[in-house]
Amino acid sequence: MIRFTKVSKQYARGGPALEDLTFHLRRGEFAFLTGPSGAGKSTILKLIYVAERPSSGEVRVDGKSSVTMSRSEIPRLRRRLGVVFQDFRLLDDRTAEQNVAFALEVTGTPSANIAPRVQRALTQVGLASKATALPGELSGGEQQRVAIARALVNDPLVLLADEPTGNLDERATRGIFQLLRDINSSGTAVLMATHDLDLVRNTNLRTLELNHGRLVFDSAAADDPGAVQ
Amino acid sequence: MSLALREALRAFQRTPMLSLLSVTTIAFSLFAFGLYGLVALNLRNALQQVEDRVEVRGFVAAGTAPEAVSAAVGDVAIFPEVGDVRLVTETQALERARRELREFADVFEPGILPASIEVRMKPGFRDPQTVRTVARRLEAYDFIDDVRFGEEWVENLYRLRTIASAAGIALGLTFAFVAMIIIGSTIRMAVLARSREIAIMRLVGATDGFIRLPFLIEGFLKGLLGGVLALVLTWIAFEVSGRWVMQVTYFEPLVAVAGVAGGALLGLLGSAVSVGRHLRKV
Ligand SMILES: Nc1ncnc2c1ncn2[C@@H]1O[C@H](COP(=O)(O)OP(=O)(O)OP(=O)(O)O)[C@@H](O)[C@H]1O
Ligand SMILES: [Mg+2]
Repeated sequence: MIRFTKVSKQYARGGPALEDLTFHLRRGEFAFLTGPSGAGKSTILKLIYVAERPSSGEVRVDGKSSVTMSRSEIPRLRRRLGVVFQDFRLLDDRTAEQNVAFALEVTGTPSANIAPRVQRALTQVGLASKATALPGELSGGEQQRVAIARALVNDPLVLLADEPTGNLDERATRGIFQLLRDINSSGTAVLMATHDLDLVRNTNLRTLELNHGRLVFDSAAADDPGAVQ
Repeated sequence: MSLALREALRAFQRTPMLSLLSVTTIAFSLFAFGLYGLVALNLRNALQQVEDRVEVRGFVAAGTAPEAVSAAVGDVAIFPEVGDVRLVTETQALERARRELREFADVFEPGILPASIEVRMKPGFRDPQTVRTVARRLEAYDFIDDVRFGEEWVENLYRLRTIASAAGIALGLTFAFVAMIIIGSTIRMAVLARSREIAIMRLVGATDGFIRLPFLIEGFLKGLLGGVLALVLTWIAFEVSGRWVMQVTYFEPLVAVAGVAGGALLGLLGSAVSVGRHLRKV
């Protein structure tokens, strides 16, 4: 569903961020992206949600190729992706449910459908009781749950998480991680960039390890050589 | 659409000072434009009145046969440039002088004032060139002693009008440009104030058109409000001038509406440029 083929990325200002990267993430799969700071984890996620384009090679997401995609096709693709970040990126002057509803309102969802879908997404992340709280009234873990609910409310194919637990303590980290696994087990693929090696080691989930923009280890390739060409 | 309108109104609500500031700056630049417009309009009207009086007068030699004079009047009347020709007889000239200069009524004796042919030009033929041509033709009759048409005066009038319209166009363009820059930068502030929201909209898949719409509405509304405020200010200036300085003419309703619509259009264009630049950048 997400396929990188010989992808290199060079930012306009800066050295090479990714070099000759090839991998495939299947529908419904869970994978970690790991590697030291500056290895290119965020860059991979940006290429998937088309905030950046590859300098060479091809990124295919749900059948759409980075080579042929026009600017006007990007919004439609993004509606099938959910993205969350370390810093939550919520609107501080809106309640939890308004933040979640925002994603539906701005993508033209009929207003009658909005409230029930918001309700469902908030229930899924375990925050139905805090629907009317402002972000400032929520803990970091709860704010990240709101952000995840916003990412899920459009029923995405894949949830892209860029260090979602980077700002959280251990307990909240475990909670968010468990939530991401639950979401994955209900069918949504998850690609999670993380620094938290304890989290990675304690699971047997697929891990893509980067260093200096190169893929240095793919646990799927170890047991299934077909996953990395 | 209703969401975009709600977002645009919310922007006013959330940053009332910034909104007020942008509406008043727009209003004041349009007000300056409007004031200039009023001055130009009244200057034009004044010139028009003066122009209406442009007149060539040929004095008839004493003892000319009346038939010759009325034949000449008939000839002159069919010149294409000529609007109206009148014969003022000696008696009429005397009566007029006595009426207009009552204090000197006794001084005017019969025979002191010559008869004359008075020519008024058609509108559009009052430029110095044409006036002079008609004066020459009148002069060609041998019973015409002298022709007067205030040559210098006509030329000055024309020069004033040319300068006035050139200055009007230059100032008008400058004001419109300044108004657009001001609107553009207030919208840019509004865009920056909401850059977080815009980033999230894009992330969740809102189209550029959708993101742009509330700002366009906001710019349009600000321009419209600024235009209405400017209209109120010029009306006040007009009333004040009418009461204390001199009676002047106000814009016709259609011109006033066009002015307000112009404000709205400036707001729309200014915000389109700002938002477009922001969206292209990120
Ligand atoms: N917009 C940009 N312009 C120029 N260089 C960039 C840009 N974004 C990232 N880079 C560079 O690309 C490389 C990879 O960055 P990236 O953000 O993908 O790393 P990362 O693995 O996410 O790091 P971290 O763990 O610190 O978030 C780095 O060397 C970084 O300096
Ligand atoms: Mg990163």
